[in-house]
Amino acid sequence: MAGLHKSEFENPVIRWIDSRLPIFTMIQKEYGVFPTPRNFNYFWNFGALALINLVIMIATGIFLAMNYTPHATMAFDSVERIMRDVNSGWLLRYVHSNGASMFFIVVYIHMARSLYYGSYKTPRELLWILGVIILLLMMATAFMGYVLPWGQMSYWGATVITNLFSAFPLVGDSIVTWLWGGFSVDNATLNRFFSLHYLMPFVLVGVVFLHIAALHITGSNNPLGIEVKGPADTLPFHPYYTIKDSVGICVYFIVFATLVFFAPNYLGHADNYIPANPLVTPAHIVPEWYFLPFYAILRSVPDKLGGVLLMFGSIFVLFVLPWLDTSPVRSARFRPIYRVLFWVLVVALVVLGIAGAKPAEGIWVVLSRIATAYYFLHFLVILPILGKFERPLPLPESISRAVLSIMGGGGPLPGGAAAKPAMEKA
Amino acid sequence: MADSTAAPHAAPHAGGAEGTKRDFLKLVAAAGAAVGVGSIVWPLVNSMNPAADVLALSSTTVDLAPVVPGQAVTVMWRGKPVFVRHRTPEEIALARADDKMRLPDPAADAARVKQGMEQWLIVVGICTHLGCVPIGNRSTEVRGEFGGWFCPCHGSHYDTSGRIRRGPAPANLAVPPYAFEGDTKIKIG
Repeated sequence: MAGLHKSEFENPVIRWIDSRLPIFTMIQKEYGVFPTPRNFNYFWNFGALALINLVIMIATGIFLAMNYTPHATMAFDSVERIMRDVNSGWLLRYVHSNGASMFFIVVYIHMARSLYYGSYKTPRELLWILGVIILLLMMATAFMGYVLPWGQMSYWGATVITNLFSAFPLVGDSIVTWLWGGFSVDNATLNRFFSLHYLMPFVLVGVVFLHIAALHITGSNNPLGIEVKGPADTLPFHPYYTIKDSVGICVYFIVFATLVFFAPNYLGHADNYIPANPLVTPAHIVPEWYFLPFYAILRSVPDKLGGVLLMFGSIFVLFVLPWLDTSPVRSARFRPIYRVLFWVLVVALVVLGIAGAKPAEGIWVVLSRIATAYYFLHFLVILPILGKFERPLPLPESISRAVLSIMGGGGPLPGGAAAKPAMEKA
Repeated sequence: MADSTAAPHAAPHAGGAEGTKRDFLKLVAAAGAAVGVGSIVWPLVNSMNPAADVLALSSTTVDLAPVVPGQAVTVMWRGKPVFVRHRTPEEIALARADDKMRLPDPAADAARVKQGMEQWLIVVGICTHLGCVPIGNRSTEVRGEFGGWFCPCHGSHYDTSGRIRRGPAPANLAVPPYAFEGDTKIKIG
């Protein structure tokens, strides 16, 4: 029949569905036999973990929304009702709030992997850019979500961050009034944040789909940073990486469960258990931990507009990273200088994170300025120059060669794999 | 080099059908995953069951003293209207007389009230057809042909014992669980 897909499945029901909508063929192709580099390390698990985390957040969020009231007079109490009266409500709430932290832990490690192994380099530039868009959507969603319980930190965090936009000349104040829907953060703001907080995750799902689609066009990077040259370099995704991902998922759940069941409020702020009071500002307004580095960058500049621009700029440089790094070598394994600088960047980000939680005084101001300076120096100055001058270590011929040489020249492997690299043209 | 590597995984598992160990592992993994999925789905689904505060509101006390004979009032119980009718002796007699009639949902009047307190009829005021609230509490309202209640939505007639007599409703007005606390107070639910 015209137009029907030629399904290869035997089961008649599956065949019927597949020939009309080839989902099974697609899954078999993209996640069954998909040739994946055989040398992945556990850092390649984190994309899958992020997807699982997203599903968990959406599921818990939907059930929380069944009991949450997005009105300024009732929001705080509705969250307490969820914690006390709703069956398993405490579990839903803690999984959702700690899930947000887990989401950022997973995504930050995922990004660090990309920075270290050069996964943002050609031909994966668009994959990387989609990832940065995902990060932005996550940050917007998390910010709005934190406002919903309408605690002191919710309210004042919303006030501080929305007030940032008043830094823009001429239109700044109108933008802020427009965001608020009033003359201060109030019920109108809460209501629209709830609506958008419910919406953003589904936009995120769409962008994640594009992100994965882009990945499947270029294929994955790998710890050696060299392209796949033939079948000897790859393994079918199932069962090798389905099983490896399952191991990763178990470890992820252990970490998640430790937070949820043994330290559910550790990453939060006690002040958010105080109902929002527009007349009393907490002594130290602190965002959630995952925003601390950006908060530190914001406060490191004495000028209001400068701080705002630099904070947004810190994400913007990520967008153009594929064009800033001029090195033809992908993986930091073969870039001895970049390798060191990568860790300096990590230290700078940790310093910024710690400084973000401190009052903007004394040594912390100095440290955050140094760390901010290094952050921008790293991306805007060092990376473009380094690529020209760095002498990389010699790259292996192929992935399979490198894997086999680790195993001592093809010892316990079946003969086929040992013989192949000798036969295939490099 | 190829022949010197006798790949150990190709040899069948000794002492059983080929691949038994792998099948066993697959089964255990699948069972574990099923338990995992169940333990995740259950709290989500159960969170939709009535919460503790909803369950706490499941009883209502009603003071009967202000309700004079011939009068009926409506109270709220579990979000539903409940008719509390102080029946006159004529109404009780009317209900008893029809006990042996062919009723759509047969029930003796004595079984629908508390012994010694037959003048008090407590029924849930929701028509058993499609859920409208029947009229007839006030003496000025239409009470239908049998002196009880009349549902204006599709024309169900209830008698002075709250039993369905005519119309599309399949069952009598429900009698909620209730108990007397003294002579002038009841607790419903």
